[in-house]
Amino acid sequence: MSKSYRDGLPISPDKFVDQLMRLKRGSIGRREFLGLTGLGIATAVMARELGIMPTPAFAQESLGDRMSIATWPNYHDPATFENFKAETGVAVEVNVFGSNEEMLAKLQAGASGWSLFVPTNYTISTYKKLGIIEALDMAKLPNFDGSQEDPRFTSEGTIDAVTYAVPKNWGTTGFAVNTKKLAKPMTSWKEFWDTAMAEGGGRAMVHDYQLTTIGNALKYFGFSFNSLKPDELAKAEELLLKVKPYLFAVSSDYQPSMRAGDAWMTMCWTNDGAQLHRDIPEIAYMLGKEGGEIWTDFYAIPKDAPNKPAGYALLNYLMNPKVAVKEHLANGAPSTDARVNALLPKEVLDNPILYPAADLLKPLEFGAAATLTDPGRAELMARFKSA
Amino acid sequence: MRGNHLRKTLLTALLLAPATLWMVVFLVLPFVAIAVFSVGERAPEGGYQAAFTLAQYANLPARATAFWNTMVLAPAGALACLLVAYPVAYYLALRAPERWRLILLALVVIPFWTSLLMRTYAWMYVLGGRGIPALLAYVGIEDIRLINTPGAVLLGIVYGYLPLMILPIYVSLERLDRRLLEASADLGATPVATFLGVTLRLSLPGVMTGFSLVMILLLGEYLIPTLLGGGKVFFIGNALVDLFLQSRNWPFGSAIAITLVLVSVVVLIAANRISTRLSGARRVDLI
Repeated sequence: MSKSYRDGLPISPDKFVDQLMRLKRGSIGRREFLGLTGLGIATAVMARELGIMPTPAFAQESLGDRMSIATWPNYHDPATFENFKAETGVAVEVNVFGSNEEMLAKLQAGASGWSLFVPTNYTISTYKKLGIIEALDMAKLPNFDGSQEDPRFTSEGTIDAVTYAVPKNWGTTGFAVNTKKLAKPMTSWKEFWDTAMAEGGGRAMVHDYQLTTIGNALKYFGFSFNSLKPDELAKAEELLLKVKPYLFAVSSDYQPSMRAGDAWMTMCWTNDGAQLHRDIPEIAYMLGKEGGEIWTDFYAIPKDAPNKPAGYALLNYLMNPKVAVKEHLANGAPSTDARVNALLPKEVLDNPILYPAADLLKPLEFGAAATLTDPGRAELMARFKSA
Repeated sequence: MRGNHLRKTLLTALLLAPATLWMVVFLVLPFVAIAVFSVGERAPEGGYQAAFTLAQYANLPARATAFWNTMVLAPAGALACLLVAYPVAYYLALRAPERWRLILLALVVIPFWTSLLMRTYAWMYVLGGRGIPALLAYVGIEDIRLINTPGAVLLGIVYGYLPLMILPIYVSLERLDRRLLEASADLGATPVATFLGVTLRLSLPGVMTGFSLVMILLLGEYLIPTLLGGGKVFFIGNALVDLFLQSRNWPFGSAIAITLVLVSVVVLIAANRISTRLSGARRVDLI
């Protein structure tokens, strides 16, 4: 695998001059020989025509020179967008969001300016109901292969046999712990919340996100992650209000605080857990044994997208397994696409953060659309934050 | 004569037109839209749905804590700013050598060239685990936490709004007639009595201007508590952001926004009254 995201980028002026001087001196390497004689390109074209590498579907339509995508923090390989620009001339502006609600709010207000965005499974039916996402024209996405997708993770992108969204990756919501600071092993949400009020006092973070913060407080009592029952929510609220004074922060941007050592434990999404553990081995990622959330993030195109051709082109580019595999290596979330899994190195597939044991996955629940739009949960969150 | 008068009126209208248009498009129209939203209802999936109800206003107590936090933070933050700013302004206006004055004033203003967001982020790193606590760890003081504390929020507020407090106080002190100070001393007043009876009193208009400027901005503050307070302290600005961007309850958010504007106006009027009374008959314009 490439070490730096700069690998595979177009040659820099310095390197070009360097190579030119070498050629003038009469020295040539194998790669340069293939490149200079055109044999390399010929091989690549043959491979593409023979179907070994999926074809990019752009070039028929004018793509313009810029587009904008709305996505999550630390979620893409920066090289993906640089390479896309090199291939198509379209510069991608990346907007980063903290919650699905925020994305929905921007799209509802209109004129978001995005040509592609990354909603989570439980929001798609709401977007469809509001009529603000495009029914995808699958002919423009030849790189997507539905038969290779795991239906457990992808079903919510298709409503009444119409596909509105195609999957990016799936993941879980657990918690990350700095085991140097908090040595006692934790395996449940009950322990997470109790530790936050004891050894982890002043050092624990919860998401600034009602779905997960309330959901995982519900798990303390063994209730459903999606519960809308007033009596169950009341118990969760009681717990949250009790924990509040002990918290380090209520924020979904927990990586900087965990990395700096200010926070010792936090609610955490798979991809962040994988990135933190990769860079700081003593940070462990755990799933609560009571359950919690499992999710899939999708790609979708807003109806009012200012540059739909580029949105489709980028989406199709991202569905190329060779591109997608780099995305997964960079962001650390598991893929839904069997073609991508086939390309991932063994140590990634064996990483328990990305691919947890079946008995830990079993009790997890997908978030529900009703949970997202429930005003009762929104008010509970406001009471928690203002307490 | 008449033509001349007409021309003058036309010219005035023409000169005022851009500002008026700006105010109508970017202040009056949005305000009207928000007023209309505030008597509406939240649509089932969020957003706004036409209605005529005062239910949103009746629901205001649901954000009472946020209002209360703001009503405590705004004056407290402004007061902290004042305590730091007054000596600085005093030194600049009355003690600093003439040739240094302009440079020192420029130093006060220069941080304003960078956005508040960037400067607050910088503080996040200075106060965060790799900043001052890391230095303290070198000398053996471990696990000190500075970020996400009330102190960090207060520091951010004082740092962010200090120039807004220094400048008006500086202006009022700079205009001070020095002969009054000599007169006070000649009449036997101690330096403290002179300061309290003459200097401070005559600079009160500047103090009130700075105080209300900072306080009004603090009424809508949400960035500093979020970044330096870890989002644990919830002000009315945070409530507004959440209502519009998270729960998408536009009508309730609008009702809170209208209430906040009304509160700000009341604060402004009260500050104006107080400063008029304190400084005798002199009227002070705050805006």
